[in-house]
Amino acid sequence: MATTIVQEKEKRPYFRNRLVIGLVLVGTGLLILLLFGLNVKAGQMASYELTPRGDSQVIPIPGLTLPVQTSIYILALVAVFLGAWQLARGIRSNGVLVGVVAFCFVAAFLLWATAGKSMDLIGVLNTSVVRATPIALAAMCGVISERSAVINIGLEGIMLSAAMAAVSAATLTHNLYIGLAAAILTGAILGAIHAVLVIRFKVDQIVSGTAINIIGSGATNFMSARFLETNTEKLNNSGVFPNITIPLLVKIPILGPMLFENNLIFYLTIILVAVLYVVLFYTPWGLRTRAVGEHPKAADTLGINVYLTRYVDVIIGGMLAGIGGAYFTIGSIGRFDRLMTNGKGFIGLAAMIFGKWNPIGAYAASLIFGFADSLQVKMQILNIPIPSEFLQMAPYIVTMIVLAGVVGRAHPPAADGAVYEKQ
Amino acid sequence: MDRNTTEMKAAQTPDPENASKRRRGGGSGGRVFQTLLIPVLSIFTGLVFGAIVIAGTDASVIAAYGNFFRAPGTALKDTWNVIALAYGSLFAGAFGNPTTIIQGIQTYNATGDQKAFLLSIYPFTESLAAITPYILAGLAVAVGFKCGLFNIGAEGQFGIGALCSAFVGYSIKGLPWFIHLPLALLAGAAGGAIWGAIPGYLKAVTGAHEVVNTIMMNYISFSLGDWLLNGPMKAPGFRPITPEIQDSAMLPRFFPPPLRFNWGFILALAIAVLVYWFLFKTTLGMEIRAVGANPDGAKYAGMSVVRNFVLAMTLSGALAGLAGATQVLGIDHWVGQNFSSGYGFDSIAIALLGQSHPFGVVLAAGLWGFLRSGATNMQSMAGVPLDVISIIQGLVVIFVAAPAMIRWLYHIRLARAEAIVLTRGWGH
Repeated sequence: MATTIVQEKEKRPYFRNRLVIGLVLVGTGLLILLLFGLNVKAGQMASYELTPRGDSQVIPIPGLTLPVQTSIYILALVAVFLGAWQLARGIRSNGVLVGVVAFCFVAAFLLWATAGKSMDLIGVLNTSVVRATPIALAAMCGVISERSAVINIGLEGIMLSAAMAAVSAATLTHNLYIGLAAAILTGAILGAIHAVLVIRFKVDQIVSGTAINIIGSGATNFMSARFLETNTEKLNNSGVFPNITIPLLVKIPILGPMLFENNLIFYLTIILVAVLYVVLFYTPWGLRTRAVGEHPKAADTLGINVYLTRYVDVIIGGMLAGIGGAYFTIGSIGRFDRLMTNGKGFIGLAAMIFGKWNPIGAYAASLIFGFADSLQVKMQILNIPIPSEFLQMAPYIVTMIVLAGVVGRAHPPAADGAVYEKQ
Repeated sequence: MDRNTTEMKAAQTPDPENASKRRRGGGSGGRVFQTLLIPVLSIFTGLVFGAIVIAGTDASVIAAYGNFFRAPGTALKDTWNVIALAYGSLFAGAFGNPTTIIQGIQTYNATGDQKAFLLSIYPFTESLAAITPYILAGLAVAVGFKCGLFNIGAEGQFGIGALCSAFVGYSIKGLPWFIHLPLALLAGAAGGAIWGAIPGYLKAVTGAHEVVNTIMMNYISFSLGDWLLNGPMKAPGFRPITPEIQDSAMLPRFFPPPLRFNWGFILALAIAVLVYWFLFKTTLGMEIRAVGANPDGAKYAGMSVVRNFVLAMTLSGALAGLAGATQVLGIDHWVGQNFSSGYGFDSIAIALLGQSHPFGVVLAAGLWGFLRSGATNMQSMAGVPLDVISIIQGLVVIFVAAPAMIRWLYHIRLARAEAIVLTRGWGH
């Protein structure tokens, strides 16, 4: 009896969802045809280098040369076909379908943009993976914090403060590792402040996060104007972590130069993602965290200290965000510029939601955002008819589309955002 | 559900210590006094912290404290001097110098020459002119809060509104002012309304949290503005700015130049009264507030949560867009890059400080206008970077949102429970 009722309830929205998705996919296919397919001359070729330029230990492989117009037509066909299938028969996994068609669209765009030219594909992939690092770290901070049901949107403030702390400490002590430690410490302190405000003083979590953003950006601007811009040599010139090449793995074609020739912060990120995944899902402490996030009252009756768990989680999250902040200065350009995070913290939050509060999912989502970011830079160099400002908008529009649940509704931990009062 | 019951319990649980006090009408004072006390003390505490930051980062003060045990008097005197100079120039930048004003009045009485007087009241009128967009932007965020929505997109909506009204202002020629000016203002409001409606609609239909969406719209508006200012809306020349608007679209000013105080201020006050009337005296306003207080209860009572979310965000965007419009039409007369810079976070602080009530917002906007206006003078006279105001602002936000902190600091007793409920998770 109960199951039939549930099935009845699910039918109508499921059907409408299928219709909408199917139409969107077919529409995308047609868009690919119209925007890209018809705008290239027949016979144009695009070549993609799969071996990085300059010296590298990778085993060289030949590049890919594709006929542009034919490829675009094929991609459009795939999209329309999948959309039509969805309309007619219906496939359960919406997410996979949307992902495949999105890939077709991006591939078609890339083909159209590079028609008649050649592009260093490995370089673009490497840049996307590297640029995804701060987004991923912000997303990790969000994941661990929200798994215990504390929303932390103060990521911009934490990352900016950590970035400045890292570069100043590193320049003063001529030691990048101390800079990294300073960044982690700053992140921990700001995380602790957020935790105290939210847990002890029961401030609304979004308000607290916004206040940290305001103070973070204001304080770093203030310090930058007061000290860093006048004392560049002594406070704002740290140098950057050098790239570490992993000897055997770097020889793998495509993946080698993309992943195994990067700096410490990148490797740290990958390790932390894996560690966080294991800890969250395979250790007792991770289980306690998730329990506190789903049903704090039940967890409390079992003897779990809800407040302590949340404090620890938010502070660790702050440390992760601190490493993310360190990326901007000692992991990237070696100096601090005002407001240099430029929204990456919020994009990290979107990656977290896209990744369904799962560390590995969030990392995959960050890679997508990193790709959009790196593509945007590359497109400006390639000189295509689209104004660069519209390309700059791309990551943000993608975020909004993702949040609108195009890839399915995301369910946060049940107690997310709620104040817990021990009774 | 758990969350609601917990809050209701917190509000109703009798506080044995203060039970007798409450019967007499409140803890450390009456209700109005309590409502004003927390914000006032928050501002005061914020300013104190600001003073510590200013003094603590001043090179000469740091040097003086190096010698503290040999010459403690110098260290303390230096600290006091730095703070006095900073806040003194802040005051002078906000209000002007009282002696100069009196001299100006005397000169006017003696010779009929207004110039000295006008120059002396220039800082004060500049502050009033700066308050205008803060009132409107603060109202925008406040309307959002009343519906339980956090509109961080005020900055983007401000920018889009400014661009729209500037476009109407410079591209249409030959209209009389009583058509052109309202049209330009409406264009600004409409632009902001659309910019706010999009995240509102997304929240209502898909549940996507408006915090991240409005922030994304902000960044999109920056890029869009950059493109427009370097392309279609660019004035002839090198700078990425729009052409200057027609005379018929300008908000009339009260005094001859260089004073820029204009009718926008009166307009902003009128809009504040209008918003108050709308929120508290109309059915639609009551629905918005009901949805903000308890969306489930409102839905049960038959109100459409979707419609009210969209309405509130559209209204919010319209107000922010109007703020941008008044800034263009009244003060600058053209739009350049980073036009809306800072108004976003400022308006959040103003709305929180004003407890989301239109009249509170006006008062808070007043304070902010004076602070920001004076801060520029503080930067040029005392060498203190403008951004210290952001630090004070963030602290004030924290103190207002965590009244427990202020109460603990100043040992004030609670009259009745207060709670600002904004977070509803990521929307489901």
